[in-house]
Amino acid sequence: MTRSIMTRRASRTHQPEPDPYAFGSRPYDLVKEFVIALVAVLALTFALAAVFSSPDEKPTTVAAWAKADPGDFTATALAELDGSSATAGYGPPYNSAADGQKLGPLALAKAAGVTHPVDTAQAFVLGPLDSAPQSPAVATALSTYNAAGADQQAKWTTAYSDALTKANGDPAKVAVGDYGPVPVLLGQLLKQAQSGSLDGALLSEGGFYQTDYTLPLLFLADGSDLAAQAQGDHLAGNQWGMMNETGNFPGQAWLWLYTFWYQISPFNHSANADALVWGTMAVLTLLFVFVPYIPGLRSVPRLVPVYRLIWRQHYREQRQ
Amino acid sequence: MSEHAIAPTPAPQPSPAPAAPEPEYTGGWTGAVRRGAVRALPPDKLLPDTQPKYVASWIYVFGVLTLAAFLVVLGSGAVLALKGPAWWHVSGVGHYVNSLHLWSVELFMAFMVVHLWGKFFMAAWRGRRALTWITGAVAFLGSVGTAFTGYLVQQNFDSQWIATQAKDGLNSVGIGAYFNVTDFGQMLMWHIVLLPAVVGLLVVLHILMVRRRGVVPPFAPRPEAAAPSAEPATEEEAGA
Repeated sequence: MTRSIMTRRASRTHQPEPDPYAFGSRPYDLVKEFVIALVAVLALTFALAAVFSSPDEKPTTVAAWAKADPGDFTATALAELDGSSATAGYGPPYNSAADGQKLGPLALAKAAGVTHPVDTAQAFVLGPLDSAPQSPAVATALSTYNAAGADQQAKWTTAYSDALTKANGDPAKVAVGDYGPVPVLLGQLLKQAQSGSLDGALLSEGGFYQTDYTLPLLFLADGSDLAAQAQGDHLAGNQWGMMNETGNFPGQAWLWLYTFWYQISPFNHSANADALVWGTMAVLTLLFVFVPYIPGLRSVPRLVPVYRLIWRQHYREQRQ
Repeated sequence: MSEHAIAPTPAPQPSPAPAAPEPEYTGGWTGAVRRGAVRALPPDKLLPDTQPKYVASWIYVFGVLTLAAFLVVLGSGAVLALKGPAWWHVSGVGHYVNSLHLWSVELFMAFMVVHLWGKFFMAAWRGRRALTWITGAVAFLGSVGTAFTGYLVQQNFDSQWIATQAKDGLNSVGIGAYFNVTDFGQMLMWHIVLLPAVVGLLVVLHILMVRRRGVVPPFAPRPEAAAPSAEPATEEEAGA
């Protein structure tokens, strides 16, 4: 140790931490304490589980969505076909339609790349139609659509989209027009969806054994019904939904700080809100983990004397 | 010289050096690990039957309550694993075990947060206890991640909503490219294998460190005359 360090240390008022047993000891049965704690927690858990149970709201399905809201289903399927859906325009990791969010100058999403490629027209519309046995009319519509150029396909989908909007989303009320094979394709897809076969088709696109629900979940999230159901369950973002649970059950209270940022400016109107929140939480997390090394922060316990309450018996005995 | 002369005695050879004694076998790597472990944590430090007098405060039970709740979480999770992730949707017993798992997690998080705040206000990183704080903090973060993946693998509406919302946050910083919250299989394996292993290891290290350094002593009362310095003066006080 250099002289300068010794001088510096000697000139400050400091005490190295004393040995824990410097203030006396008392007999204590650690194992007994642990067993009592375990029994107490078990009893409490059994009681809470018996009284309150746990929530289990059934999952929604593409079939349920298509039956409850065929207009929204058709509009979403059309958006997947013409590339205007949220997934179609998402960017990485699903496609290159956008660059993804940025954290300041860092384009982390783009750097990670397109690792789960999703061609929405193929995955959600054309593929499921192609994989099912179809009537001659639908088979012809499918081959007509596939054979047409991108410009022609865009003309049909745009025209149908406008007409569907004018008909308030009801495919049955769409005016006569030049939409090519699009109405037949979407009409058949709706039938497949309502029968339940689209749920299975979307899941098994990756193979026989499947545990990846990315396609059906992205499709559901592109529609409006999933969000509407969440809103009804007070799970939406602007309802601090991240902390909530369905029904009257306790949610995830520990996520309060994470969801807090989404409620305030500039996060609540930024196109890079998610990246900004993650960046903010990353900094706060580092501060939390490395508290012992952060001047000021590590002094808070000395300044906010909660310790006097914790060790009041000890300080009383020391005074005596 | 006569032919019967005795052949000359050969010059005396120096006597051979005594054989070096066999080096005593000290146990190799095994012996070294054993000695290191016993040095760091002799049995009466690993399982003491006394405690410092100042540990007579209710705040101190929250550590062992957190540990107990953690074990109930693991146990109830193990029972759920016996019959697989769909069991609790089709069985009353399964649903009750799922409820045990949910409520033990709620208790675990509640006890852990009280324990964390208590340790913060005790500045429990003092006296070379920084790693104890760090392992505890990372275990807390790992627990939040484990709970998150748990919500994702419920296979109900809540899972669908959480997956489709959380993907945006993770995708925005590139994590979603490798950690796909809509992939049930991946999330289940993180939830029941990877994260519990990491959290479990951190908890074990955390507890061993508490045993090694002992429970942090109370702050020294401020001396009456000298102006107290709120800043810790030494690396030691800072917990290095």
